[in-house]
Amino acid sequence: MSDVSLFTATRRSLLTLAAAAAITLPGIVSADDPLKVGFVYVGPVGDHGWTYRHDIGRQAIEAEFGDKVETTFVESVPEGADAERVIRRLASSGHGLIFTTSFGYMNPTVKVAKQFPDVKFEHATGYKRADNVSTYSARFYEGRAVIGTMAGMMTKTNTIGYIASFPIPEVVRGINAFSIAMRKVNPDAEIKVIWVNTWYDPGKEADAAKTLIDQGADIITQHTDSPAPLQVAEERGVLGFGQASDMSAFAPQAQLTSIIDDWDPYYIERTQAVLDGTWESVDTWRGIDSGMVGFPEYGPNVPDDVKAAAELVREGIVDGTLHPFDGPINNQMGEQIVAAGERLDDGVLLGMDYYVEGVQGSLPK
Amino acid sequence: MNGESSMFVLIALTVITAATPLVFAAIGELVTERSGVLNLGVEGMMLTGAVFSFLCIHVTGNAFLSLLVGIFAGMVMALLFGFLTLTLQASQVATGLALTIFGTGVSALVGQSLIGVAYEGLPKIAIPVLSELPTVGPLLFQHDALVYLSWLLVPAVAIFLKRTRPGLVLRSVGDSHDAAHALGYRVVRVRYIATLFGGGCSGLAGAYLSMAYAPMWVENMSAGRGWIALALVVFAVWQPGWVLFGAYLFGGITILQLHGQGIGINVPSQLMSMLPYLTTIVVLVLISLDQGRVRRNAPAAIGQVFRPTT
Repeated sequence: MSDVSLFTATRRSLLTLAAAAAITLPGIVSADDPLKVGFVYVGPVGDHGWTYRHDIGRQAIEAEFGDKVETTFVESVPEGADAERVIRRLASSGHGLIFTTSFGYMNPTVKVAKQFPDVKFEHATGYKRADNVSTYSARFYEGRAVIGTMAGMMTKTNTIGYIASFPIPEVVRGINAFSIAMRKVNPDAEIKVIWVNTWYDPGKEADAAKTLIDQGADIITQHTDSPAPLQVAEERGVLGFGQASDMSAFAPQAQLTSIIDDWDPYYIERTQAVLDGTWESVDTWRGIDSGMVGFPEYGPNVPDDVKAAAELVREGIVDGTLHPFDGPINNQMGEQIVAAGERLDDGVLLGMDYYVEGVQGSLPK
Repeated sequence: MNGESSMFVLIALTVITAATPLVFAAIGELVTERSGVLNLGVEGMMLTGAVFSFLCIHVTGNAFLSLLVGIFAGMVMALLFGFLTLTLQASQVATGLALTIFGTGVSALVGQSLIGVAYEGLPKIAIPVLSELPTVGPLLFQHDALVYLSWLLVPAVAIFLKRTRPGLVLRSVGDSHDAAHALGYRVVRVRYIATLFGGGCSGLAGAYLSMAYAPMWVENMSAGRGWIALALVVFAVWQPGWVLFGAYLFGGITILQLHGQGIGINVPSQLMSMLPYLTTIVVLVLISLDQGRVRRNAPAAIGQVFRPTT
């Protein structure tokens, strides 16, 4: 094996060693070697959420290109100094294309990219680019507008329970997009938000779901990664939405739909570009129209009129006639912050740090 | 549950589920530590118990068997720990940490095929007549079997340690293995048994996670509860009753802060998330201010390697 050094060199760090053990050993380097594509994951591939979906994307590359590529991944890599070592290892072991799939990998990615100008880097959810560093993310908030519409129509208690992870713009944007869409169809509905301060703790997510249901929520939605809240919804006889992947196996009755992260087409496209020699540094932020944000089949409890309304929102977003952040938008005090006919631009969305009307409580800062 | 259930009962029910895995893991570790063995591998043993019990319920559908499998898986991990630290006399701290890393990895490997598999959760057992009582009924008599077991296990361990001869032997081994050895007690054997009991309890705590608390398998699903259990044992000054109290206090504050957020109490959520840790530490530090209590209960020989003199 050409890459035994991968293990010996990282022996100093226990974490990196554990991480390195997850790398599938690459073959012997020769002239017509396949393109090596590397992935760095923040969580375990078995989280059934964020990392799981990225790994599905990696498998899609393998399925698409077969012998022409060789993929490797390193999972559960902490954001920070360890990430830099892992990325450098991948870059120096013959990888031609490297996907770093968490926001916290931004600086390490850019730093390593400077030292390896011939290697192409793709960083998810960040904003720093270079000649050989692209960024990409998905407009998940478009999906939130669709499910917000459904929730507004279907809630009987006018209370939606929202389990949130960390008060960063991406999460706040999702809550607001949900609220705006929900209030359009049901001006009396409100969102109760519980911040659990974790992306991933099935027990705590389940506790938060129980709490919200106890406080009157009859629909649960989440911006955390495990299927636990949806499972609670199923058990307690309320409804909910999946996150990142189709979670209907955990809640066959309760799941109305889910927002699916679909990285497959983007990953295939970028790998193709490297193979063709046409790869360029780009900033990609795609939504429902490209399929990066997708939905599974509707659950059995979704009435036809709700389906129709959801489809209308989805189609409106796809053809551009509707934007989740179209005015008029009111803040929590009921004061108008975006006038009718106006639309929030991407810059504002990327830095969103306030709640809109319909969200209860105050945003932790 | 009927519609008359008060908010208090609803909150209490959530607290009970949140506290039960901590009770199991902490009471097991308490017994282990009382024998003088510090096993930091609780998290690893929990995850192993969680994944194997879930694997079993998935394959066989038999909940009772699955719980036994979870206990057994935790015990196998504990046996490994015992072999390394008691027989080969390796460092308990280093071996315990390694056990956690190992358990995390093994459970992820075993669990690969279980991701996305659903299970409806352990059945609730309503005690006839008593469960019909208002408030008290749903609060105390409508749980799954493991909750009842956790309530029985704590007093049983307390009585065992305080009032029985084997309990006395176990404590003497933990306080001074040399003296216990001189009296003719089999120090290593006692410690093996205590370590296995701790492993079984951790395995059961894991089984509760994957079969009742959040009935599914996802990697690393214990999310640090093993470490909280370890801390509870120390802060409870190695007393079973206080472990139970600490676990319910921790679970209680966790759930209350979630409710506080839902009601809209205007406190930063980051601070609210710290509350369970802060409160539990403060309360249990207050308990341990009584130095006499600490001296009476802390196992003096904890973490020390036993080398028989003859």
